[in-house]
Amino acid sequence: MIYQGKQKIWSDYQKEIPDDHWYFVRSCIRQNFFPASEKMFSVITKDVLGKDIYETPYHTTCGGIAYHSDTIPQETVMTIVARQFALMTEAGYENYACSCITSFGNYAEILETWHEFPELEAKIREMLWKSCRREFKKPKYLAHTSDLIYKFRHEIASKAKFHLVDHATGEPLRVVEHIGCHYAKMFPHKGVGGAEYPCVLSGMIDSWGGQVIDYPERRHCCGYGFRQYHVKANRGYSVSNTHKKFESMEPYHPDMIITNCPGCPYFLDRWQYVISEMEGKTYGQNGYGIPVFTYEEVAGMVLGFDPWDLGLQLHQVAVEPLLEKIGIPYNPKTKYLGLDGKDIMKPGLPSVLKCC
Amino acid sequence: MKDNIVIVGGGIAGMEAAHQLLLLGYKPILVEKSDHLGGHVADWHKLFPDMSPAKDAVKDLAEKIKEANIFLDTEVSFINRLKNGYNVMFSNGVNVICKAILLATGFDLFEASKKEEYGYGIYDQVMTNSDLEHWFNTGEDKRIKGKDIKKIGFVHCVGSRDIKAGNPQCSKVCCITAIKQAMEVKEFFPDAEVYCFYMDLRLFGKKYEDFYIKAQMESGVHFIRGRVSEVSENINGQVIVKTEDTLSGKPAKITLDLLVLMSGIVCNKQAVDTASLVQVKTDSDGFLKSKDNILNIIETDSKGVFLAGTVTGPKTVPETVAEARAAALAIHNYLVTLK
Amino acid sequence: MDFGFSISPSSTINLDKVDFTLYDRLCEIEPDAKKCMACGSCSATCTAGPWTGMSVRKVILGIQRGKESEAAKMLKGCMLCGKCTMVCPRGINTRHLILSLCRIYGEGEK
Repeated sequence: MIYQGKQKIWSDYQKEIPDDHWYFVRSCIRQNFFPASEKMFSVITKDVLGKDIYETPYHTTCGGIAYHSDTIPQETVMTIVARQFALMTEAGYENYACSCITSFGNYAEILETWHEFPELEAKIREMLWKSCRREFKKPKYLAHTSDLIYKFRHEIASKAKFHLVDHATGEPLRVVEHIGCHYAKMFPHKGVGGAEYPCVLSGMIDSWGGQVIDYPERRHCCGYGFRQYHVKANRGYSVSNTHKKFESMEPYHPDMIITNCPGCPYFLDRWQYVISEMEGKTYGQNGYGIPVFTYEEVAGMVLGFDPWDLGLQLHQVAVEPLLEKIGIPYNPKTKYLGLDGKDIMKPGLPSVLKCC
Repeated sequence: MKDNIVIVGGGIAGMEAAHQLLLLGYKPILVEKSDHLGGHVADWHKLFPDMSPAKDAVKDLAEKIKEANIFLDTEVSFINRLKNGYNVMFSNGVNVICKAILLATGFDLFEASKKEEYGYGIYDQVMTNSDLEHWFNTGEDKRIKGKDIKKIGFVHCVGSRDIKAGNPQCSKVCCITAIKQAMEVKEFFPDAEVYCFYMDLRLFGKKYEDFYIKAQMESGVHFIRGRVSEVSENINGQVIVKTEDTLSGKPAKITLDLLVLMSGIVCNKQAVDTASLVQVKTDSDGFLKSKDNILNIIETDSKGVFLAGTVTGPKTVPETVAEARAAALAIHNYLVTLK
Repeated sequence: MDFGFSISPSSTINLDKVDFTLYDRLCEIEPDAKKCMACGSCSATCTAGPWTGMSVRKVILGIQRGKESEAAKMLKGCMLCGKCTMVCPRGINTRHLILSLCRIYGEGEK
């Protein structure tokens, strides 16, 4: 591969991301799947980097899951989003950062639709006023939280205690990056690096010492697909997509996967268990799987936070082999102890996939 | 003393027009911006459908125009309209007062890197049709030299018939060129499998259909109707091509050792600037505008300015040569009426 | 463990894995099979086509894409009337092609 060719395309799709004063909204399902990720984002940006990130307890879901699962019409989604923007306006911010990729796609789509159809925007303003007496201004900049971590990646790298290298041999780790479909595939110019070769995660990996792997199915969807998973009869389609990705990345022997979407890491992680039970095949070394992380967890790891404070115990695929490889110290005894040392019980172990 | 005629462009159109004007007794001035005559044809290997060597064609023409005034490495800096002619200033400082100008500036090849999904300039084993012709001529290309090439693919319509690439028209000659190159490359690698991914096969010319039959029967070229959607690279450096097989209605996937993109013909940007100096505009398809697209392609709306060759649109070599001869005759008739 | 769903196979034709032995054997007996340009004149005139789904074009395409069992099934619907041979613009003897294919399939069964 000619690296300069990819660099040139990335440079064609650059996105303006302001430095400070962001209004932050959380994701509905991320709290359950990756408990510490959104907290880590706040900790890193506020405490470590000293930025102004504002969050209000009154914000709601963006309605993206329901909209993409075809259960609510577009006007409902637009009114929910309008209320979110109203809360942002009341707090006095104009930069909007959302934690979920589907949200990002949803907000981007709604802002584009209002741009093309101003009469629809006027109608939504009226509906918001009628339903909850709020008014809103459209955000000036919309970014995903991974865009912000991408922007501050060099500062994080300078404060990092660990790097994405094998501490025994000094070799950079082989990292697969997976970007949620709604990030750049809908509106290529809204993502850093465009749709074919988005560089938001590969930029982070490069500055934190890892080596990005380019494999044939790199841009393939993980298969979550809302209705493809939520309706049980369709789940075969979802797992087939992830299976295709793993079959394609296997010859490259990756050490870890980093993603920036709520659904993708969940499914890339859990489907490894399902595939191991169905086909008896695992993709990591020695019968383990390939650990999957969100970018906040990786940022927390390189900055030296305790792995169990990052919520890594909730991952299906064991992360301990990777922690040992990087040289991050961890205490196996405290893995299943919650806050105040309370025992939160151990999960059962799968039959094929090796877990700790 | 015969009048001066300036021919802008030393490709085969300009050269053939100069030849005809020499036979008619004029001494045309030929100006070419590169350091050699022959334009794009000089870089090619064999010309369809008879597979005659391109170098010989260019050499013959160059022999025939030895008596003309040829300026190489020279461009047109400025053109001033006079009462009955033009004052042309060249970049080497020479000024010429002429009665007629022939624009034979040719075409540009579409930049294949603009189609990001095909991976030109990103993946190692992807090249264009002009890179392949260069390899036929010189044997030097790190994508082919010393490599074990067992499977080769040709992608038709790269940058042509594509509104997203800014080029809605068909480049006319790429289909026959793809088949010609497929057969040539099969001669170099007789055990290889060759695939052509096409939308339509436009084989309009003399003996082109026989060429197609020969490619199928003798070279065993596989033709797959469908667009290539994405090119990616596997761990061995081979390219994985994903395409739609429209005839069976299913997507298809294949691993290839070499992928050749058929870059299309687009208008020469510099020519548009030069043409604007004499108030010749571009037509709706981006090429230069003639007086009449059916009966008078070689004349323009500007008096004394003539067009020949691919400057008005994609053309084959015999068509370009024919237009050049027509332009020479038209210039001669125009100069006679001026007297 | 039964999850209630399973991994579905991909419908993509993997041209790397297509076995060309049957196609090569056909081209030895009837070399004109390579001339087919998939114009569909044969399917258009096929007497049996509207009722049995028989189409010489689809048979040749199936063999080229490794879908041999489907091609064999389609061949059973041919009535050997010869209309396709009459109209083929490339001059392929489609009747001979069909009979050769049946013979090759018969060889395989032995």
